[in-house]
Amino acid sequence: MNPLLSAEGLTKTYGARIGCRDVSFDLFPGEVLAIVGESGSGKTTLLRCLSGHVAASAGRVIYTTRDGKRAALDEMSEAERRLLMRTDWGFVHQDAREGLRMGVSAGANVGERMMAVGVRHYGKIRAAAADWLSRVEIPEDRIDDSPWSYSGGMRQRLQIARNLVTSPRLVFMDEPTGGLDVSVQARLLDLIRGLVKGLGLAAVVVTHDLAVARLLSSRMMVMQQGRVIEEGLTDQILEDPQAAYSQLLVSSVLQV
Amino acid sequence: MNAPAYNFAYLNEQTKRMVRRAILKAIAIPGYQVPFASREMPMPYGWGTGGVQVTAAILTPDDTLKVIDQGADDTTNAVSIRKFFVKTAGVATTERTSEATVIQTRHRIPEMTLTEDQILVFQVPIPEPLRFLEPRETETRKMHALEEYGVMHVKLYEDIAHYGEIATTYAYPAKVAERYVFDPSPIPKFDNPKLDNCPALQLFGAGREKRIYAIPPYTRVRSLDFEDHPFEVQTWNQPCALCGSRESFLDEIVMDDKGTRMFVCSDTDFCASRRGAA
Amino acid sequence: MYVAVKGGEQAIDAAHRLLAEERRGDRSVPSLTLAQIAEQLTLGVDRVMNEGSLYDRELAALAVKQARGDLIEAIFLVRATRTTLARFGYAEPLETRNMQAKRRISAAFKDIPGGQILGPTFDYTHRLLDFSLAAGEDPAEAAGAPSELDADMPRVLELLGAEGLMEQPSADQQDVDDLTQDPLNFPAGRDLRLQNLARGDEGFLLALAYSTQRGYGRTHPFAGEIRVGTVEVSFTPEELGFPVVIGEITVTECEMINQFKGSATIAPQFTRGYGLAFGQCERKAMSMALVDRALRAGELGEERVAPAQDEEFVLSHSDNVQATGFVEHLKLPHYVDFQSELVMLRRMRAEIEAGKDRLEAAE
Repeated sequence: MNPLLSAEGLTKTYGARIGCRDVSFDLFPGEVLAIVGESGSGKTTLLRCLSGHVAASAGRVIYTTRDGKRAALDEMSEAERRLLMRTDWGFVHQDAREGLRMGVSAGANVGERMMAVGVRHYGKIRAAAADWLSRVEIPEDRIDDSPWSYSGGMRQRLQIARNLVTSPRLVFMDEPTGGLDVSVQARLLDLIRGLVKGLGLAAVVVTHDLAVARLLSSRMMVMQQGRVIEEGLTDQILEDPQAAYSQLLVSSVLQV
Repeated sequence: MNAPAYNFAYLNEQTKRMVRRAILKAIAIPGYQVPFASREMPMPYGWGTGGVQVTAAILTPDDTLKVIDQGADDTTNAVSIRKFFVKTAGVATTERTSEATVIQTRHRIPEMTLTEDQILVFQVPIPEPLRFLEPRETETRKMHALEEYGVMHVKLYEDIAHYGEIATTYAYPAKVAERYVFDPSPIPKFDNPKLDNCPALQLFGAGREKRIYAIPPYTRVRSLDFEDHPFEVQTWNQPCALCGSRESFLDEIVMDDKGTRMFVCSDTDFCASRRGAA
Repeated sequence: MYVAVKGGEQAIDAAHRLLAEERRGDRSVPSLTLAQIAEQLTLGVDRVMNEGSLYDRELAALAVKQARGDLIEAIFLVRATRTTLARFGYAEPLETRNMQAKRRISAAFKDIPGGQILGPTFDYTHRLLDFSLAAGEDPAEAAGAPSELDADMPRVLELLGAEGLMEQPSADQQDVDDLTQDPLNFPAGRDLRLQNLARGDEGFLLALAYSTQRGYGRTHPFAGEIRVGTVEVSFTPEELGFPVVIGEITVTECEMINQFKGSATIAPQFTRGYGLAFGQCERKAMSMALVDRALRAGELGEERVAPAQDEEFVLSHSDNVQATGFVEHLKLPHYVDFQSELVMLRRMRAEIEAGKDRLEAAE
């Protein structure tokens, strides 16, 4: 079976500064990969290259489309890339405001992707939006409220619903629980884990928080100064980190 | 100091050629906004310079011109534009829709069905239907190119969620030839059905925003809606007080400060024809 | 019996006649001559030439008179005239280095080759109303300078450039676009941006420039040089094949020295902003230079966070003829669209009332 997403020697530099260097991996359908490192490690740069938000300086990103064809991201037209981002892919931003239309209601936020692919029945769109709001545990009577009136945790859940409504196959997440308080984080992670498993999604999750990696991912890559210094099964790395930096990371996690 | 002599219909031939090229391109791509180098005109931007440049580019000495604003020939701006063409082109003018070969209009489509021998020129303030959802020109251009119109339906969805119905009553967006979403200019939605399958050529000029677009004759124009909230036009409870029509767009006349109102046809020629007055 | 209102044509004719009468004003007061306007309301005429994009003092003075002193109305008249004029081609670039300056200052240095020449300026006047002007008294003749001005006035920014301290303007002679011939597209090149700013509304650019100084897109400006004076205009007719001088115009040029770019490893240089205006329009030239620099944020790797850095926003709203046309078009009849809104609003309200009645009836 072909991997869903492959990175081959992916490198991004800003002048003399290295964003990320020589990253390669294969991601299969249903797999969740965590990219872990402290801030400045290059993990966000890597995510942006993988999702096509930024052009790589060297290397390739290859995606297997629904019809089985493998296509390199930089060889796609802008139209194809934008279509991919609206249908096959999701992107959950750390700040929900970047991933939502703050000026329209929650229902419209969730329904937008459906409208973008041609669904033209208001009742059906609203019903689907209501269904998804309940799946992400947002009370249905908030469907007409603007996200401005939502708490940070609710906005994040709304963002997730907005991304999942058209059943994407791959979701990128940038610190999905960043900035939320601990109890809210825990619920959100549970939700994400349930959805990802239930929908058989593949995901690439960038986080500095090992707890997030442990809960969500089956595989992990540790980054430091733009390079991948260790990769493998999440459980194994957390149990028995090999690289010095990984050991430092693991040991500094507070045992809760 | 001498006053300069003007070319036929004011614009010089080079400018007319430029405008005509834009018009041809617009006809070739129905509903697509063609950028053009709008010229400074002797009337202010926002007062019909786009429509005037389109009309000036297509007028011939044999044409008969009708100019209306809000459906009436006698409104001040329609008078001013008609006089401009009389002065610079010397063309015949008329108030009768049936006798006109070129009709320049602001905010209305004549009630009478137009013919294949007629051209309707619309004055457009804001040509971009996505403008109030997305202020950036760089982004709206991409959205049109990639047919990314989801956000238009988001606006309609919001209306229904808040008001129970689509709250757009004029400049109602429509899809042209199943491809481009366009703004038909601030005509009331009442007039949108007339855009569809019209025998006349319909040209749209936006001078300040520098865009021209077109609907070739007999082109499909479908107003945006939802299957379960279909497009609807306005209705009134009473007929025209002067001619009795129940099918035309009615103006509301305030008679006194006690709430007395009267409703009469906005299309003055249509109303006069029905009353048999010449 | 209601009769539809007619007579729009007569109303317009009457309005024009009334306007002409009000323009003339009290007939016992002498009518303004164009010479008076051109000679004594010089700066108003300069602004009209500048934003009207046409250098002709007499036409601009006529426009000011016809517009009754409303400068934006006058600018509109000049623009409309400009459109009808035949175009012969493009002049050679003005060589402001060779300007016969009547005013030339630099805030960046105490003294510069060619000197600091104050010239005719309001700058150090006390803003107290001078009633001798009301009395119509003529001022005493100004004495000439004791010696000739130094003809050689090298550009301050070139002096910095010679030391490598100032970014060099791009050397390649690509074709320059023409704002009046092609529609503006975004992103716009610097040539079109500068053309747009040159004819842009002085008040709008002044406010934007001010905002950059107050922190909305700060560029740390220094007035490197401001020159006001006459320059020759040269044109190469096709038949001749070489440039000939066809006349002289007065221009104001402002070069701003701005925030340097560079780092610990890339040798830093100052950056520049440029402003040019017909006549003596210093406020305009300076504002233009500040906004020019702010708009260069993209090419200089600066984050665009402020209105003055937002290219689409600035260039789409700088033209006062377009702006006033659209703002004032709200005076045109909009009653058909308003009727549409009335119909909808009344219906929505009726439905809510009906809903309330149904509720009450149920209780």
